Amino acid sequence: MSAAFAAVYTRELRLALRRRVEALLPVVFFVVAVSLFPVGVGPEPQTLRVIAAGVVWVCALLASMLSVANLYALDHADGSLEQMLLSGHPPTLIASAKAAAHWTITGAPLVLAAPLIGLLLDMSPAALATLVAALLLGTPILSLLGGMGAALTLGLRSAGVLLILLILPLSIPALIFGSGAVGAVDSGISASGHFSLLGALLILTALIAPPATAMALRIALE
Amino acid sequence: MNSLRWSTFAAPSRFYALVNALNPWLWAVAIGLALAALYIGFFVAPVDATQGNSYRIIFIHVPAAWLSMVLYLAMAFWAAIGWMLNARMASMLARAIAPTGAMFTFVALWTGSFWGKPTWGTWWVWDARLTSELILLFLYLGYIALVSSIDDVVRGDKSGAVLAIVGAVNVPIIYFSVVWWNTLHQGATISATAAPKMAQTMLLAMLLMTLSFWAYAFAVVFTRAQALAVERERHAEWVRSAAGKELQ
Repeated sequence: MSAAFAAVYTRELRLALRRRVEALLPVVFFVVAVSLFPVGVGPEPQTLRVIAAGVVWVCALLASMLSVANLYALDHADGSLEQMLLSGHPPTLIASAKAAAHWTITGAPLVLAAPLIGLLLDMSPAALATLVAALLLGTPILSLLGGMGAALTLGLRSAGVLLILLILPLSIPALIFGSGAVGAVDSGISASGHFSLLGALLILTALIAPPATAMALRIALE
Repeated sequence: MNSLRWSTFAAPSRFYALVNALNPWLWAVAIGLALAALYIGFFVAPVDATQGNSYRIIFIHVPAAWLSMVLYLAMAFWAAIGWMLNARMASMLARAIAPTGAMFTFVALWTGSFWGKPTWGTWWVWDARLTSELILLFLYLGYIALVSSIDDVVRGDKSGAVLAIVGAVNVPIIYFSVVWWNTLHQGATISATAAPKMAQTMLLAMLLMTLSFWAYAFAVVFTRAQALAVERERHAEWVRSAAGKELQ
């Protein structure tokens, strides 16, 4: 069982390594999108410090959603998705491996880029550390939910926009607790409550999203 | 139709006949109760001590908000039934509920905005209940967008069911996270545990309006489900005979 997980996971990573520029596009989008905010809102450090955590979170959310649209679409187009589902391995396992690979390729670079982006927005070191920890817990939630959206919209004409419309409302709790953690640290409170809730949310999403993704894939390929 | 079973009206032909029989009554109830509720709400109910006459929008606002939440659960329920039992009519019912639910959500937001202007001095605040109602509207819109962009009817029904169920599981999580995030809205006036803090006439008007909205929702959802059934089964014999009967 874990062999099937590892096979799907390493295959995704290998494919990403062969299309390096494409794999880096979400991070580039993330950096460009965040740097639009000082231009749009104004360069005053006080203002930027207040909105920094929210801006980073929203841009990470959008970067995940934009990149997840292709998670199943390419495999669906060349028929390999059907072969994976016919292989006899549980589809839930394949869905989890896909989500894990998406996080490794897109989510982890976003977490790594976040401190740099935070510096541009004049965040304090304590706030930066909290932001990274919150993103570390929160971005897997986005990959799991995004995988479900990608499976539901598989093969549809307006899949990209539709996926965002479907998944953004569901990812609002992650956004609230993720940026709330930074706000708590900024106002001198411990962020442990936010981290606990983010962790609980991650566990719940990890339990619900892969089976739902598997069902959506079966429905789409019927 | 000698013996009635729980699945009797799962057949689109029988559902069609049932709706034809029920709908005039539902409309009568909806209009009659709405007129009664509006009369009591505007002429009998006393002026509020602090909010003056502006509170009277509550007679539309609160029933619409209730219906918006209940209809989402009803939609998820029928979508799940349609998916698990392969019941065509249940899936059509779920699709038929979505636009009405979205409409009530919008009405609740709209009337809340009109109520907020005189009492809070602003059209909109990012308070927990307003925000979660707005997110509910997004969930409805997502469901409608998903089922209408899938050309294959069966896939649309099933994918919609997956989304509606995941959404229904998430609704409490979203609600409580938004409550945690911020709250400024006045506390709930009606709760199951405490005695209502409203005048009896106000409560009466609100309950009558709720029943009227229920009847309206049933009538509109049934008519829409009827239309979906006729559209999907246009080649079936019962549609021909029903159409023939109505032309005579």
